[in-house]
Amino acid sequence: MKAAVITFPGSNCDRDLAVAFAAAGADVVKVWHKDTALPPGVDVVGLPGGFSFGDYLRCGAIAARSPIAAAVVDHAQRGGFVLGICNGFQVLTETGLLPGALMRNAGLKFICKMVELRVETQDSAFTEGWGRGALVRFPVAHHDGNYTLDAETLARVQGDDRVAFTYVDNPNGAAADIAGVLSENRRVLGLMPHPERVIDPHLGGSDGLGLFHSLLGKMALA
Amino acid sequence: MTEPAITPDLIAAHGLKPDEYQRLLGIIGREPTFTELGIFSAMWNEHCSYKSSKKWLRTLPTTGPQVICGPGENAGVVDIGDGQAVIFKMESHNHPSYIEPHQGAATGVGGILRDVFTMGARPIAAMNALSFGLPSHPKTAHLVKGVVEGVGSYGNAFGVPTVGGEVRFHRSYNGNCLVNAFAAGLADADKIFYSVASGVGMPVVYLGAKTGRDGVGGATMASAEFDDTIEDKRPTVQVGDPFTEKRLLEACLELMASGAVISIQDMGAAGLTCSAVEMGDKGGLGIKLQLDDVPQRETNMTAYEMMLSESQERMLMVLKPAMEAEARAIFVKWDLDFAIVGETIPEDRFLILHGNEVKADLPLSKLSSSAPEYDRPWVETPPAAPLGDIPAIGLIDGLRALIGSPSYAHKAWVWEQYDSMVMGDTVRSPGLGAGVVRVHGTPKALAFTSDVTPRYVMANPFEGGKQAVAEAYRNLTAVGARPLATTDNLNFGNPEKPEIMGQFVGAIKGIGAACLALDMPIVSGNVSLYNETDGAGILPTPTIGAVGLLASLDELIAGQPASGDLAFVIGDTAGHLGQSALLAEAFGMESGDAPPVDLAAERRHGEFLRANRHLVQAATDLGDGGLALAAFEMAEGAGLGVTLTAATLPALFGEDQARYLLAVTPKQGPALQAAASAAGVPLHVAGRFGGDAVTLGSDSAPLAALSTLYRSAFAAAVA
Repeated sequence: MKAAVITFPGSNCDRDLAVAFAAAGADVVKVWHKDTALPPGVDVVGLPGGFSFGDYLRCGAIAARSPIAAAVVDHAQRGGFVLGICNGFQVLTETGLLPGALMRNAGLKFICKMVELRVETQDSAFTEGWGRGALVRFPVAHHDGNYTLDAETLARVQGDDRVAFTYVDNPNGAAADIAGVLSENRRVLGLMPHPERVIDPHLGGSDGLGLFHSLLGKMALA
Repeated sequence: MTEPAITPDLIAAHGLKPDEYQRLLGIIGREPTFTELGIFSAMWNEHCSYKSSKKWLRTLPTTGPQVICGPGENAGVVDIGDGQAVIFKMESHNHPSYIEPHQGAATGVGGILRDVFTMGARPIAAMNALSFGLPSHPKTAHLVKGVVEGVGSYGNAFGVPTVGGEVRFHRSYNGNCLVNAFAAGLADADKIFYSVASGVGMPVVYLGAKTGRDGVGGATMASAEFDDTIEDKRPTVQVGDPFTEKRLLEACLELMASGAVISIQDMGAAGLTCSAVEMGDKGGLGIKLQLDDVPQRETNMTAYEMMLSESQERMLMVLKPAMEAEARAIFVKWDLDFAIVGETIPEDRFLILHGNEVKADLPLSKLSSSAPEYDRPWVETPPAAPLGDIPAIGLIDGLRALIGSPSYAHKAWVWEQYDSMVMGDTVRSPGLGAGVVRVHGTPKALAFTSDVTPRYVMANPFEGGKQAVAEAYRNLTAVGARPLATTDNLNFGNPEKPEIMGQFVGAIKGIGAACLALDMPIVSGNVSLYNETDGAGILPTPTIGAVGLLASLDELIAGQPASGDLAFVIGDTAGHLGQSALLAEAFGMESGDAPPVDLAAERRHGEFLRANRHLVQAATDLGDGGLALAAFEMAEGAGLGVTLTAATLPALFGEDQARYLLAVTPKQGPALQAAASAAGVPLHVAGRFGGDAVTLGSDSAPLAALSTLYRSAFAAAVA
């Protein structure tokens, strides 16, 4: 099982994401944003949290146009798995792999705290380890997590059962309390909360491991 | 461009006193050029030269078997075993933060992070200690909002967890807020980089962001009192770019790993001047700089401006010439500037060329070694008058007065704006007591705390200085850590006033005594003087940042009390209410003496707690607010009520030192009591956790109502 973690300038959770993939048993390779191709044999691409390109212009906008982004889009379009966390989620919306946009938090402040999430679908490699309606605790740490999409797209995303996680107590004003959303083929997940930060009971919890184990377990069967 | 003539007004505008100018003339034997005057001003201001404080700083204990490098470098280096070291320092950015809170605080964080990674360490934890004026003061809400946003914007984007700090409010900070930023990093003990240059003819390389006019004269500003011309000083505040700093960190660590670096120094206060002089001076070398080669963000910059610019995110390095191509490639990879701007030279010269002109030609070693040093007159702070009768207040009302005050209320409003978990090693987040961060990839962890009680230092600088260190020792101990070493950030008023200098001297003596007794040597620090506005000084605020080590997370005391746990207190309670939080918050009284600190008891009680951590569910130090506040905080954090049997103000709110509050299961209580008797350590049961009320003696209130007050008071005060 091979996971590629992309490092953009300004990424700051790339190591954390690599550690989480490795903890779940993946071989992890770090990929630089100026590369134009993914290494051969990559099963899942991780787009990490952070402030790629300083969040200048719009969060994720410049990263979505960096050389490696085209390879990531290509990987996704061929049915490869992609996991975008926080800034990685923002990049995924900017590439068009996921719908909507992440706007400034409703409270206009950066928020870092543990939040409770509800698993909304079991029908994805990322979430099938949990039952629908299961509650998990991941931290959030973002300034721009207010997920916004037009009513028609929201209805389609909900109708297609593509909402992966919702906030139990919405911290940022996100539409329909959405914390994480899946692509049409259900193989691309973007979420604002950080599962990679809760992979060890010493760090305040290990709920995040469930996502990585679920994903790697699914790929092992594939 | 014609340079201004050197006039007495120009000299004074550079912060040089007439006798200091005479000293300058004596060194160079001629009138300085404009650029040279700027260079002397930068090197000789209080901020860079420590001219008022050096005599006293020398008296601090700075050595110990754990110390790899003490004060004098960018940050202190302390052994944490297994060939690893923790590198840390705390530094103020007070004046810039008052003028422009967001950028002032942000660049304060940026500067301290650079101090740490300049030495080859990856930053792993940050803290910040903030002091603001009264919430009712018209500037306070704006400053709090801006400073907190600024700290967060920089640390969050850079990607270092902010795991602790302090926020206090007092009228003495109305015109001078304090922003003290701490950072700690991790490196292999044999791969630390120092600022000492070596080798003649070695290229001097400029790294990082381009130079602009921002911050020209910043260090001189930071060494002056404020008055009503403060708004004119806004252009001297630098602007931070954490995105560039993050790239600079990664590029510097790659560069250091490549073996290309002979010495490296960040450009902080007084930028190019200080960094070049520092490297040359330590290496016994001269430095020649060709300013035409400095990457510039603005056009037509003069030598004076380039030498004094405090543009952020810049480094100066002496490079192994054979490695130039490899080094340059690393900076190209990260899209950062890399420019050879000069070389080391054998003679004692600081030679600055710009265009075809010599802009400065000074004896380099004299710039720092011949800086003025003052033995400022000082008077001992007179003993505080004894505390007289105090007004009456109900026990629960006393608690309400504390938890309803922004200084003692829950600070989630602040720390939820900081990323406390990035890097994936945060074991204990901000909230109660020390922050704990795992040493990546090992079972070890480091604990961090910052402490001082300025009221104590005001009343009794010696005991107050001791207390700041003792409280840091207790906070580290309360999470199970062994205190290792200390950084001090000494914020005081105008040292030219003997009573202020007396506070400084007294506090240094107290800090020194405590660091020695508790084996927590000072390994780095910073002095911020002239924190006065229109002649009114701040409370003396020597912030102590301290680091402790947990050999394994098994040693961590991290738990919360459970319902039914007993509340034990280690240490004797005499009921000292002088200078207490209760008096200040309930009655607006700052009376009496600071509590005396028995350093032997501190050590004995701390060692007892560490030795018996396996019998303890949760622990916290008893600081200001006493037993009542600590028990409330510990219980509230666990969603529990608490009942304390003590029924008097002194017993509940007294601030006697060398005490801890513990949560202990009833089953383990007897074993802990037996251990305490055997060790001769005072220990008593003060109450019990559980229920949904907070009961102090016979006075009681529902937990829910108190919790609401506690969790809303901060935002209510500053929003």
